[in-house]
Amino acid sequence: MNQNDQESRDLRRVNLDTTLVESSETLDPNELPDEEICLNVSSLSLHYGEALALKDISMKIPRQRVTALIGPSGCGKSTLIRCFNRMNDLIDGVRIHGRIELDGTEIHDRNVDVAQLRRQVGMVFQRPNPFPKSVYENVAYGLRLTENLPKSELDDRVEWALKSAALWEEMEGRLKESALGLSGGQQQRLVIARAVAVKPSVLLLDEPASALDPLSTLKIEELIAQLKSDYTIVIVTHNMQQAARVSDYTSFLYLGELIEFDSTANIFLNPSKQQTEDYITGRYG
Amino acid sequence: MSLGSWIKSGDPWIWMTASAVGACIVAVLGLLGLIAVNGLAHFWPADVVSLRYKNDLGEFILAGEVVQRETISRDQFLEASPNRGNVDGAEFERWMIKSGNRKFDPPDFRWIFEHEVVEQQKNEEMIVFERAEWGNAYGTLVAIRERGAEIASSYSWDELQDRIGRVEQLRNQARKIQKGSINRINYKLEQLRLEEQRRNLREEERIAKLERNQERLSQLSDAERSRLLTFNIETADLEERRRKLNDEYGLEELRLRNIHGQLDRDEIEIKIADGRTISIGLRDIIRAWQPNKMSIGQKIAHYFSSIWVFLSQDSREANTEGGVFPALFGTVLMVLLMSVLVTPFGVIAALYLREYAKQGPFVQLIRIAVNNLAGVPSIVYGVFGLGFFIYLVGGSIDDLFFKAAQPAPTFGTPGLMWASLTLALLTVPVVIVSTEEGLTRIPNALREGSLALGATKAETLFRIVLPMASPSILTGVILAIARAAGEVAPLMLVGVVKLAPTLPIDGNFPFLHLDRKFMHLGFHIYDVGFQSPNVDAARPLVFATALLLVLIIIALNLTAITLRNRLEARYRGALI
Repeated sequence: MNQNDQESRDLRRVNLDTTLVESSETLDPNELPDEEICLNVSSLSLHYGEALALKDISMKIPRQRVTALIGPSGCGKSTLIRCFNRMNDLIDGVRIHGRIELDGTEIHDRNVDVAQLRRQVGMVFQRPNPFPKSVYENVAYGLRLTENLPKSELDDRVEWALKSAALWEEMEGRLKESALGLSGGQQQRLVIARAVAVKPSVLLLDEPASALDPLSTLKIEELIAQLKSDYTIVIVTHNMQQAARVSDYTSFLYLGELIEFDSTANIFLNPSKQQTEDYITGRYG
Repeated sequence: MSLGSWIKSGDPWIWMTASAVGACIVAVLGLLGLIAVNGLAHFWPADVVSLRYKNDLGEFILAGEVVQRETISRDQFLEASPNRGNVDGAEFERWMIKSGNRKFDPPDFRWIFEHEVVEQQKNEEMIVFERAEWGNAYGTLVAIRERGAEIASSYSWDELQDRIGRVEQLRNQARKIQKGSINRINYKLEQLRLEEQRRNLREEERIAKLERNQERLSQLSDAERSRLLTFNIETADLEERRRKLNDEYGLEELRLRNIHGQLDRDEIEIKIADGRTISIGLRDIIRAWQPNKMSIGQKIAHYFSSIWVFLSQDSREANTEGGVFPALFGTVLMVLLMSVLVTPFGVIAALYLREYAKQGPFVQLIRIAVNNLAGVPSIVYGVFGLGFFIYLVGGSIDDLFFKAAQPAPTFGTPGLMWASLTLALLTVPVVIVSTEEGLTRIPNALREGSLALGATKAETLFRIVLPMASPSILTGVILAIARAAGEVAPLMLVGVVKLAPTLPIDGNFPFLHLDRKFMHLGFHIYDVGFQSPNVDAARPLVFATALLLVLIIIALNLTAITLRNRLEARYRGALI
């Protein structure tokens, strides 16, 4: 290892150290009491046809915390997060083994209603995908599906959801406008508001800021910090600074395997595996 | 610049592509222009010229409209008139004169040569009479007679117009009675007949059932048995209603006869070109005008009123005179019905193929088959419609629901519904293909977004996918309309007729009569152009009808295109 490399590595460290100051809470996720666990994944494997995409993954995702999934492209982060609301069911040739328990209930159980599960586990995708409807109708979409709310209550819920997504001030007078006219960052927050509106207990964020500019990214990160008091958040991210900034726990995946899962501070400052250290210091990925 | 570098620069390519587009535009405009000029000229009130011409056959006097002028070579001239070889000249101009007066001065179209004309003039008093039968008559007014007595010794144009107006009113009254009350009474009488027939059938069935039930018959006394086995239906109420209707009918008939009597009151005498005086009953005259006296404003007014007559009136004289309203109505109604049938059918099929079916070689095979279905010749669909819809489905419907009317078929015969269904079948591949295209254009992210909010697949389809695919669906419908409105061949087998006595929509319940035969502009063109006894008289109508058909298709398409563009604007930006 030459001088330069060592220097840049140290610099990164310093950078991460400063961002980690806020999230000081460090508890080993594997030793959490049961009631603190929201999603319990045990020996989960997933095949796309013949290809093995996830290999025997076990992790306990704590309630009302932000858990980040990091790892190089193609390591299975997105595949894993899509397991939590069974979005992989839509893909032909996917086979899943192992268990995922949401609050103690196996989500692959025969009598679990997938639609019901997805209302409980909301999801936000990489690229903003607002429906070609008005801002109001976007937020009300999930509500109209199940809850037959009277107009005034619906209005209140839309307002509440937009406020939760820190979008109300910008959108107050624009509820009737098409959502397609919003900026990328606004669209992504709208999609978060849409997910929040149906009052899920878990929010899955699949690289929510990767298609956004830095300012919009900042807003989304602030939003995540706010939302974690009410929701269990699982976030997939490419950006390690982001993971360090927003998450309480971080898991590192590599080639479909869970390499390490620990508090974010431990992962970034004191990783127990060489692979993890190599990744976060930029040796690969 | 050298040729080589010019070719390399790509300029020739631009020129070539641009010329191809230009050629297309010229072709389309030329086609529309030719049809428009030939069709629209027909309605212009042309001047009537009086001609005196002389040739080796003698001297003739003729009056009429010049409909066509052309120059022919000497060879053609000699071929047309072999015994006139003594005339000098390399080219000859000939005129086609519409001299009318069929029935007393045939033929009504003739060619004369310009060099044979000795004298030509325009007589201001010349009148064109549009007759209900036998086409136009040309002549000057000599006298008007009322019940055989001459009323105005001096000629009076206004008097003539007043009396023509009166005749028109009477004719309208007669038509109203015929198409209104008499038609209604006939319809009701037919319903009565069917009701009686139904009762007959029920009674027959009752007796047959009883006869089969020997056990019960044996328990009955002889008198009882014969009473029960006697054919006995109650028709007094029907008779009463029938009597009433017949009375009403008699009354209407009387009114009609009265009107016809009044129609016969007036008669005019006209002098035609060769000097003969001829009398025509005024009831045979629809309109009269003096083109040589008309100002340009009057001519324009006359022109538009002629176009209106063409659009709004029934046809006369084996379709060669009058209007095309029933054909226009039939075409539009059939296309609308076809759209209503084809849209749900095509959309549902496309939804299954694209959203539900597991994509694989089998689905691909079906897709290819659907695409190829669009290439099947339309007459084949006509044969299929006749064999399957009319004979099989229609015949079964008749057996099940319209037994009383048999042996006369109700749905087991060509009609509006079968024509619409056949064309729907013909156009369904187009709708399927474009709907499928629309469905693939909807990003999966939106489907996933909806599913992630707890929507089921069906909810996602109805709330997100279908609305977003609607512009593509409409594109399919537009293409279907364009194809269906111009189709003639299959229609001849499944419901279009030369002359339909009634429109498919009228005031009798159930108002829309899907079992009726109807008229169609496309078939009308064929009929007028090729089946008419008087080709020269029919020719301008062929062009006018063709123009109308094109305009109708454009209008239907524009409506759908406007609708589609509005929808497209709403979803722009959300599609890939």
